[in-house]
Amino acid sequence: MSGFFKSSIGRKYAMALSALFLMFFLLQHFAINILSVFSPNAFNEASHFMGTFWVIQYVMQPVLIFGVMYHFIMGFILEIKNRKARVVKYAKNNGAANSSWMSRNMIYSGLAILGFLVLHFIDFWLPEIETKYIQGDMSGLLADGEGFRYYEELTHKFVNPLRVGAYVLAFVFLSLHLMHGFSSAFQSSGVSSMRKQKLQAFGKAYAIIIPLGFIFIALFHHFNH
Amino acid sequence: MNLTLKIWRQKDAQSKGKMVDYKVTEISEHMSFLEMMDVLNEQLINTGEEPVAFDHDCREGICGMCSMYINGEAHGPDRGVTTCQLHMRMFKDGDTITIEPFRAAAFPVLKDLVVDRGAFDRIQHAGGYISVNTSGNTQDANAIPISKHAADEAMDAATCIGCGACVASCKNSSAMLFVGAKVSQYALLPQGQVEATDRVRNMVAQMDLEGFGNCTNTGACEVECPKGISLENIARMNREFLSASIKG
Ligand code: HEM
Ligand code: SF4
Ligand code: FES
Repeated sequence: MSGFFKSSIGRKYAMALSALFLMFFLLQHFAINILSVFSPNAFNEASHFMGTFWVIQYVMQPVLIFGVMYHFIMGFILEIKNRKARVVKYAKNNGAANSSWMSRNMIYSGLAILGFLVLHFIDFWLPEIETKYIQGDMSGLLADGEGFRYYEELTHKFVNPLRVGAYVLAFVFLSLHLMHGFSSAFQSSGVSSMRKQKLQAFGKAYAIIIPLGFIFIALFHHFNH
Repeated sequence: MNLTLKIWRQKDAQSKGKMVDYKVTEISEHMSFLEMMDVLNEQLINTGEEPVAFDHDCREGICGMCSMYINGEAHGPDRGVTTCQLHMRMFKDGDTITIEPFRAAAFPVLKDLVVDRGAFDRIQHAGGYISVNTSGNTQDANAIPISKHAADEAMDAATCIGCGACVASCKNSSAMLFVGAKVSQYALLPQGQVEATDRVRNMVAQMDLEGFGNCTNTGACEVECPKGISLENIARMNREFLSASIKG
């Protein structure tokens, strides 16, 4: 297996694996967030569990951070290598004749998602680390001790219409990224076409429903505040 | 019909090229694209200019030599055809047609529209064959039972003519459709399976060495391929490569 991850195909597998992991993470993230629409209590409980359970914090969280970093760093490397593979560009190129816009612009939809991830880290992840690991407050309680803080913090973040706008836009790009990405990951993994046809419909549904769901959550809290 | 042609002219591999405009008149819609190019070249020869160099051989879609990027697509706007099979009826009177060589760092331009596709030959040499002892008592291939399904798929993969349209069309200049087809045509048959592990590893290693880009599954190659080689061949090559790597 030594040269595997240095080869073009080995990297395709690794890229697909990181992407499949990210899509699984996204599903889990969505499942918890949607609770905030139905039951602040359930959302608080789930958030507290995720934020304090050691397997999540010390095993899954580092894996996730590695997965995201690997995915976008390899994405950049891939893009640079692929640009070098054609030194002189075509004077006239009709890409739309043979491929989808989404498939040709993965780097741009990816960059939009990366921009969002930075914002999202500043919004939620950094304050969370600050409270839990720097101040050492693992209680998950509000400053006055009256119940959990997670739901309060969430709704508070969605007051600013600019932030809500940025989130909505980012999820549109996520949808475009996954429109191509989902089936691409299975093609890269060598899944045969017969199985892929069934996956295709599921992939399109995933690429629309998950981002749309996140948009719904952001708008819901914005207008219900 | 009367046409304006914008053609890439480049003296030799070292020179910098540029697009040059030409006019051709009274082109019949029944002509093939290469016959139209012949008309242009005759015109250029008559006026003492250097004719446009382009590759061609069989002119019936089987050799894979003809290789133009026409109006932004390999082999032009028609589907399932090579440039020699492209008819002028695909264009309209008064059209401007842009004609460029296939572009990829691994396919350097030699002159005008002629590119060096030797990289494909080197990939083939790396493993696109089976070793047979021709001592005189070689087993008849027909004596080995093969399922109809495998035979059909192997035959489909083997129809690849090595034209390079897949590389030219791919935004990443990836050669995976070509290599996928060449790996598959053997991987599906008992004669090929004997050397399958070495074959896929050596061919992929050579492909990477030649400076082709990496596949991102845009599917452009499959659409532009004159022989309709399916993306399934790339998926099969990936599986073959993974299992070859695990075997070590
Ligand atoms: C939660 C976030 C993300 C998810 C769920 C995701 C998902 C995916 C999926 C499923 C693929 C297809 C993988 C394959 O073809 O094997 C992909 C490819 C790609 N991603 Fe992401 N991605 C995310 C974030 C990013 C970010 C931040 C970037 C940064 C630039 C990025 C850049 C790329 C690029 C360039 C590709 C093209 C590779 C290819 O198509 O093979 N992605 N992504
Ligand atoms: S796969 Fe198709 S486009 Fe590529 S070299 Fe073979 S015949 Fe040409
Ligand atoms: S000249 Fe042989 S395929 Fe076109």
